[in-house]
Order: sequence, then C-alpha cells, then structure tokens
Amino acid sequence: MTGPALEPDVTLSATAPVLEVRDLSVEFRTPHGTVNAVNGVSFALDRGETLAILGESGSGKSVTAQAVMDLIDSPPGFVTGGEILFHGQDLLANRHLHHQVRGQSITMIFQDALSALNPVFTVGWQIGEQLRVHRGMSRRDARARVIELMELVKIPYAAARVDDYPHEFSGGMRQRVMIAMALALDPEVLIADEPTTALDVTVQAQVMALLEDLQRDLGMSLILITHDLGVVTDMAHRVSVMYAGRVVEEGDVYSVFKNPAHPYTEGLMSSMPKATHGDQKLVPITGAPPSLANIPSGCPFHPRCPYMRPDTCVNEHPPLREVVAGRRSACHFAEEVFS
Amino acid sequence: MTGEPLLKVDGLVKEFPLGRRLLGVGEIGAVKAVDGVSFELARGETLGIVGESGCGKSTVAKTLVRLEEPTAGTATFEGEDIFAMSPKRLRKLRREIQIIFQDPYGSLNPRMTVGDIVTEAWDIHRDTVPRRERKKRAGELLERVGLDASMMNRYPHQFSGGQRQRIGIARALTLRPKIIVCDEPVSALDVSVQAQVMNLLEEIQDDFGLSYIFIAHDLSVVRHISDRVGVMYLGRIVEIGDEKAIYDEATHPYTQALLSAAPNPDPDEAAAAKANRIVLEGDVPNPADPPSGCNFRTRCWKADEKCAEEDPALIDRFGHGHPAACHYAEVRHPVA
Repeated sequence: MTGPALEPDVTLSATAPVLEVRDLSVEFRTPHGTVNAVNGVSFALDRGETLAILGESGSGKSVTAQAVMDLIDSPPGFVTGGEILFHGQDLLANRHLHHQVRGQSITMIFQDALSALNPVFTVGWQIGEQLRVHRGMSRRDARARVIELMELVKIPYAAARVDDYPHEFSGGMRQRVMIAMALALDPEVLIADEPTTALDVTVQAQVMALLEDLQRDLGMSLILITHDLGVVTDMAHRVSVMYAGRVVEEGDVYSVFKNPAHPYTEGLMSSMPKATHGDQKLVPITGAPPSLANIPSGCPFHPRCPYMRPDTCVNEHPPLREVVAGRRSACHFAEEVFS
Repeated sequence: MTGEPLLKVDGLVKEFPLGRRLLGVGEIGAVKAVDGVSFELARGETLGIVGESGCGKSTVAKTLVRLEEPTAGTATFEGEDIFAMSPKRLRKLRREIQIIFQDPYGSLNPRMTVGDIVTEAWDIHRDTVPRRERKKRAGELLERVGLDASMMNRYPHQFSGGQRQRIGIARALTLRPKIIVCDEPVSALDVSVQAQVMNLLEEIQDDFGLSYIFIAHDLSVVRHISDRVGVMYLGRIVEIGDEKAIYDEATHPYTQALLSAAPNPDPDEAAAAKANRIVLEGDVPNPADPPSGCNFRTRCWKADEKCAEEDPALIDRFGHGHPAACHYAEVRHPVA
C-alpha cells in the first residue's frame, strides 16, 4: 500500500495506534440552545482492527465520525476539545494535515449510498475522480484502475457497468460503488457509518462479507458505526458503546456482550428479541434516550437505570475506568453490574 | 386454534399499473405487488408476515383495511367478504379491523391534540361511546398504553417516537376492534424503546382479546410476537407455519437463507451462525418482470430446469407438517 504524499516535516509514529481519539467534544450552537452531541469521547484503533461504535439515534456516534473526517459544518457545529491523533499526529492542531489525511488515508462510507453519489455523473467518473486529482492519473489509466476497483468490490460486469449512472444500480450495488470509491486511494482506515442499515438482510449479508474480505486482504482498519447489535458481533473485534455523547462501555465484543459492565449495555442485550429463541421475555430499558440539549446531571443514564443510587448517580459523573483488564465502563457500580 | 377462522384471505392479488398512455386512456402493463396470497387468522392469534422490501407485505396490510383496493381475491371476516363490502358496510367494518403504521411521525395529524386524535373515531361512530364519557375513556386508554391522561392536550410533536407509537396504539383500540393489522410498528424505534412497545402489544392483546396481523422485516421481532409466520418473497407466501416450524425447521431455501443472513447478537451463537451462513447471490428480481416458474430460482442454489418451468404450489409435499412453495423443500436446522 502506498500512503498519502504527506509533507516531509510531518513524522508519523509507527508504534502509536493508527487512529486515536482523545476526549473529543463537539457541540452545536443553535437558536434553541446548545446541543452537546459529543462529550469527551476516547477510543483507539489498531492496524487491521475492526472497532464498532454502537449506539442508538442521538448517541453521538455519527458526529464523532464526522469530526474525524472534518465534516462538521461550522457554525453551528464546533469541536470544543480533544485530540484526533493519526499515527500520533494531532489532526485538530494541523488543519492542513487533517485535509491531506481525510479522504486519502481515512475514508468514509455512508448509510444512504444513493444520496452520497452524484446522480449526473457515471459511477466510473465518480470513482476515478480522486485518482485523476490526487494521483494525477490520465483518464485512460484512471478508467482502467476504476474497473479493477469495481471488480475488487465484486460488481458483476464491471467493464460494462463503469459508464452507468447511480440510479441504474440496486441499493446493494450502490453501496459497493461507495466502497470502491472509498478504497481508491488505498486508505489505512475506513469508517463505515451504518453501511448496511438501508439494505435488506440478504443483501446486508453480502456487503458485510465483502467488507470483511477487503479488510483482511488490504490490511485496513475499520470503524463500524451501527445501532445493530447483531452487526457488531458479526464483524467487530472491539466495541465502544455510546450513550448521550459519551462512551459508556468498551472492550472486546465477546466479553462485553457476554457479561456487560454497564447497565445500558445490559439493558440493550435484554431488549433484543432473538430469532433463535421463541419464548424469551423482553426486559426493556424504561423511558427514552435523553435530548442532547438537556442531558441529565451526574450519570446521563441515571433516570433509566435499575442500579441507580440517588446521591451518587444524580450528582457525580462517572468516568470511563477499567473494571477488569481490557474492559472499561463509565458506571459508579460497574463491578456490581459485571458480577 | 380450532373452529372457524376469524379472517380467511384467499387468492389476494394486487396489481399496480406501471404507467398510463397519453391522455390517460389505457394502462401500460402492471406490477403484481401481491400475487395470490392466502392465509387464515384464528381468534386471539398473531400471524407474522415477514419479508424484504418490495415483497408485498405492506400491500397485504393495506388491502385488508381497504386502504388499497385489491385486484382479485376474497377476505372473509365473520362470513362476509371485506373486498366486496359497500362503503356503508365498510364503515362498520372499521370498528372490527384497525391498523397501526410504521411511521409514528407521519401517521398522527400534527394539528390535532392527542385527545382529539384518540376521540376522533367516537365522533364518527357516534353510537359507541356517549359524548360525556369520551374524555374519561380517552384518558383511561392513554393510561393503558403507558401515557399520562394529563397529556391529552398536547400535540404529537411534543412526544418521542416511542410515545407516538403508543398514541397510535391507543387510537387503534378506541373502537374495540377484533383485529389490529400492525405494519412495521417497531421498525422506526430504537432497540431500547422497541422492546417496550412489543411488550405493550402483547399485554393489550390479552386484555382486549385481539388478533394481530404483524408485518415486519425483522425476523427476531416477528418470531418474538407471532404464533404463526408466513414468509413472503416477490408477492407470494413461500412458506407458512407455526413460529417454531418456520424458525427451527424451515424447508424453503429462501426462508433458510433469510434466517441465516440475519446477524445474531448472542456472542455464544454468533460464530457458528456466521460460519453456516447462506449468502445469496444477486438481488430480488424486478417484480414487473418476474422469472418464469419459481420466483426464487434466480437466486436459489437448488434450482434446476423444473424450477424454471413449473411454478411450485404452496403445499406440504414431503410431510414436513407445514407448506412450502419449493419443489425441493427439505428441513435445514439453524445453527445455535
């Protein structure tokens, strides 16, 4: 893999994680008040690893990804704190580097492939645009590489379909076009924001299998943003569970889902019906997720939490701390939940 | 479930015209969104209908409450064909069969208060609840679905998605129906709220003696709530049977692929489920131009010449105990 043509004075660490986010905060200043979308999120991503960021709507998972990609419209959005380290270099402190890295070394695919593609250009032209601009390829060379990329993401009859327009593709094929576009410049990190949510389950299985094959073959790191617990167990090595703009639990997927250390994760597991068991009792989480314009005091989960103790949880914000090796939870009573 | 079915649907067909000729004279072709669907619903039963987008499951829901006019077929409810009813008779039927929708935002009038939304049906069906009792009864219904009676004067935008779905459920209950058609009632909700609404649907089913036709694309949700399940593909039911028969002993290749494709969140089951996954090739064919013979043959690993020529009927060929529309139906146990 060839990395991006970075400026010579920037030294990238070989030992640091590929991407590390530290204490990131993002807010949106609206006429109706400030929305605290991300409140001190931290995670690290190693080479070749798949990290799932799991959360319900309004948990801040997509805004976190948008901050990494510098896609937040400002105003109203402001990154108010934290660091985004790419091989140890803080991208928030070096805007020029940030813009070199995003789109080349860190790329992103979205849930809605139809609106992410331009309807008036052929898919071949859109995939090839980056090759012509960033790699200085001729149209002819770019076209040849585009066909290779379309074959890589298993679009049938790639050579014949390169001149088709987005509306001529099915939902699953459009998502493959998006993936081909994201892979064009050999990224080190691919961020997939709900990549299969809009797809039917049989097509979702195809796209998940493709992403896994590509990750293994190309050695990429993958950040998978999703609300679907099944997609997390299926694809990810580690998971960060988000709630009200914070990471509330983190660890390897098997042990987090097997034995949660945060009441929210536990509640999600007991809310999920399973296709493999008919007569299971659902134990939902009471109430609804909070508005990010009005996050509860102390622990943001306390109004819905069965472990809640009034004085501690209402007043003190629990930090994300290690419960056992490799497992972190932001709950005052994590040990009680875990045991 | 014994005795006469509460509802019997036979040979339901719904075609949508593809387009009209200039000046609106005559139609150019048609898409068969629903192509000969038959099923029965017993008293107190929940029949789940599961399938991917475009399979016709929502069109079935809409024709049953005559929001869409069927092209052919009958639906017998208490000895009378719903599809042949006069407008006057149909109005009476609305008391018996109600519907709740997927979109809790689009299905409530934003300019009506919750109280007006819930009591509206009583203004139309005036003989059901006396005027002076309406407010009290609406309050009771709101309390029953987990809302506060004092919220009666609020507007839909002041509620969360889960609360709005509760309002939709309260509205469906006002005329004491026998059947509620639930069209993707929890798909727009977050996981933590989805379970609340599913539990509520199960509680009121017992309290009000309801039968449900529960339509969804989520296999886990459908299994959880259903007694029997029909699987739809390209306008047809390809397999139907008891919840256990469909999920544990599916015989149609499409059902098997669908079940194996759904990611399993259970950490102990996920790896085995994934290793045995059937990943189907390609997409669902265009319903305006369906394949000859068996609809599913273009994606099926068992397909041969017979499948291209002969449309398989929905019958129990090999004594599996439930019907499947496949020439080569055989049991495949899911890995778990």
